[in-house]
Amino acid sequence: MRRAVSFTLNGKPVHLEVDDERMLLWVLRSDLGLTGTKFGCGEALCGACTVLVDGEAVRSCSIPISSVAGRSVVTIEGLAQGPRLHPLQEAFVTHSAFQCGFCTSGMIMNAYALLLKKPRPSDAEIVQHMDDNLCRCGSHVRIIQAIRTAAETMKGVAR
Amino acid sequence: MRPDDAGLDRREFLKRTGSGLFVFVSAAAMPALAGAQEPARLPGRPSYPKDFNAYLHIGEDGRVTCFVGKVELGQGAMTSLPQLLAEELDVALETVDIVMGDTDLCPWDMGTFGSLTIRQFGPVLRAAAAEARGVLLELAAERLNMPAAELRTKDGAVVRAADAKVRVTYAQLTQGKRIERHLTQPPPLKEPSTYTVVGQTVRRRDAPLKVSGRAQYAGDMRLPGTLQACILRPPAHGSRLTGVDTSAAEAVDGVRVVRDGDFVAVLHEHRDIADQALGLVKTTFEKPAAPFDDTTVFDHILKNGPEPRVIHTAGDLGEGEKSAATLVEATYLNSYVAHAPIETHSAVAKMEDGRLTVWASTQAPFGVKGQIVQALGLQPDAVHVITPFVGGGFGGKTGGPQAVEAARLAKLVGRPVQVVWSRAEEFFYDTFRPAAVVKIRSGLTALGRIAFWDYDVYCAGDRESRQFYDVPHQRTVSRGGWMGDSSGVHPFAVGPWRAPSVNTNTFARESHVDALAAKAGADPLRFRLEHLSDKRLARVLTAAAEKFGWAPKAAPSGRGVGVACALYLGTFVAALAEVAVDKVSGRVRVKRVVCAQDMGVVVNPEGARQQTEGAITMGLGYTLTEEVRFKGGEVLERNFDTYEVPRFSWLPKIETLFIDTRDQPSQGCGEPPIVCVGAVIANAIFDATGARLRQLPMTPARVKAALADV
Repeated sequence: MRRAVSFTLNGKPVHLEVDDERMLLWVLRSDLGLTGTKFGCGEALCGACTVLVDGEAVRSCSIPISSVAGRSVVTIEGLAQGPRLHPLQEAFVTHSAFQCGFCTSGMIMNAYALLLKKPRPSDAEIVQHMDDNLCRCGSHVRIIQAIRTAAETMKGVAR
Repeated sequence: MRPDDAGLDRREFLKRTGSGLFVFVSAAAMPALAGAQEPARLPGRPSYPKDFNAYLHIGEDGRVTCFVGKVELGQGAMTSLPQLLAEELDVALETVDIVMGDTDLCPWDMGTFGSLTIRQFGPVLRAAAAEARGVLLELAAERLNMPAAELRTKDGAVVRAADAKVRVTYAQLTQGKRIERHLTQPPPLKEPSTYTVVGQTVRRRDAPLKVSGRAQYAGDMRLPGTLQACILRPPAHGSRLTGVDTSAAEAVDGVRVVRDGDFVAVLHEHRDIADQALGLVKTTFEKPAAPFDDTTVFDHILKNGPEPRVIHTAGDLGEGEKSAATLVEATYLNSYVAHAPIETHSAVAKMEDGRLTVWASTQAPFGVKGQIVQALGLQPDAVHVITPFVGGGFGGKTGGPQAVEAARLAKLVGRPVQVVWSRAEEFFYDTFRPAAVVKIRSGLTALGRIAFWDYDVYCAGDRESRQFYDVPHQRTVSRGGWMGDSSGVHPFAVGPWRAPSVNTNTFARESHVDALAAKAGADPLRFRLEHLSDKRLARVLTAAAEKFGWAPKAAPSGRGVGVACALYLGTFVAALAEVAVDKVSGRVRVKRVVCAQDMGVVVNPEGARQQTEGAITMGLGYTLTEEVRFKGGEVLERNFDTYEVPRFSWLPKIETLFIDTRDQPSQGCGEPPIVCVGAVIANAIFDATGARLRQLPMTPARVKAALADV
């Protein structure tokens, strides 16, 4: 049903008039033009569309826009502070933790959710948390290294 | 592209190309390119044109731009190609820009596949740079009024060898001039031993864009007024549309339905709404019978397989068989495998003043241009294909059917149209790695030497099918190829999949050689080395074994270790692995993989390591889980819930090793490291359990079945 939906997106208020059953992914990509969040499978199976809602990683392809009303959404575009990359992004650069880059936004956002909750995760915790995010190029080894490096750089203080 | 710039716009390009030095390189000047098509790769493709294949430009601002038809799929070509150029031209790497995969700006290219970018295209780019350096030396000699022999090039300038203060920059030399050079003779290239840029690890140019969500893929292009199209698909290949009712879809606000024969598309400003409306279209299809499925396909292939072609023979098989004390015969199978890049096929097309511009996720922009020209009946100069970043290809994006769909719709509706395939469409229209059968007959002499080798491969292709171990009597036969053929043996399209045909051939050869070693009671590494006269391959194998810490023992030793090696179009590769097999569940856990390669001069070692780790990780999929289930033309895989690709929790410890061979030309790296994965794991499973797995993927059910036979 078409109705007004308000939420916070990357720290800024957003007011939309939309069919509130539409999935967050398409509203982000299509209505709001934030294309950093990717479509990969449409059924919450690959994680390319991962964003944060109130600090939790969610699959934006499978949650309706109505469910984020009044909440805070962070996408890959909201992670850097101006020109300064987030330590996680820096670590992905340092380790070349991607190849084609199509899963990267989702990987970084899911890792971000992990570090918010668990600033110093063990390798086993990283693997467990990241396991449902798929990467076809096989950058897994480097993604784990990057998350480890970011955790070290952030010295236990997630932001 | 500059590191932080999504691309040069055309106006900017033309402005830049107004003056400066241009060097064009043609295939005729480069013997390396003559006959450079991959044999039997894509039939009917044009050969390299006579005019030129690559060119570079040095602008008045001193920036160097190279224009190449290759594309960035994630393999890192936009980083490594500028390295080659900077090395040969003596300019700072930061001053080199690269424009890729744009059919208006870049010279024709066959496509980005076959691990050819560095191996085959690298020499062309280096030749262009070397020629440019020669021209700049001549210009400087004239300008400084001294013999060219007294001059050197350094950091974007020509300097006097004896006195570096006498100096003129490339920018100064080219200012206000328009100099064109068409290379006719291959110029002398630098000695690899003098390299300072090539061989150094360089940070990926695409990194800042890709970690910040700013890298644009074909599905991310936002042109004003674009309609998103979702297209009606049949339930199975070979079905016929017999009835369609689009009225409910048309009733959705903002939806537009386009029908052109059996081609039905539902369009809306938002893709999700178009997709929902497509779900309202009522259809009836006539589905053909399904004469075989994923379980019976191998019998079908053996019965209906294409005609045999003899690839190679040596000695006399009859003699060989007579000399054998023991016969070892086996049949190896592999299923259809999907490419499954995370980015589905995407494209956006815009028709303006009779000219079509298409942004497409493809490995072959010039091929896609040709397909659009043909499908829409346009003149070639009316179609412009641009390749933004591509979200993975692996051989699955060598065509561009989605680009043709977008182009067709843009022409029909008079607005830009974007097509982004769903995951189900991606599986349905994938050009799978073909299901294949390999039959091997062989034998051992009383002394434990391979007496003869009779190899017959169905439907995988003949690439690297020839035996490279020393066997006096041998024959290699191949039927069909990875592109399929007219015999109609496959119910859907098949095509190249990362290292086409070689995953199948290596799995069969290396499994069977392992079986021979076991039969001979020999250590599988020593058995291989004793049959290898190829020194480079032996060196790679030995280096990998040393890094692994291989202790010789005949299999099955219970340790769960395995070895395999292969050739891949000039690259030598060996892998060793350690596995643990859960005999109750049949689950295989790969604990460690060591991979060594000799690929000549390594351009960007970090890039090569990424390719190697990625290939090994991806290889775990075809080895352990990936297979396409189907019933006739109906593809049962729709998404990643049933089609299992490798995950973080599967990761073995991966160690890579590159043999330092500076005296050898650079070869490919994108494909070679994946080819041993199937066999090295099968051999390690045998070593752990005594069970020989002869079918890929080695699912828990197949492992359990093989264990029951031990």
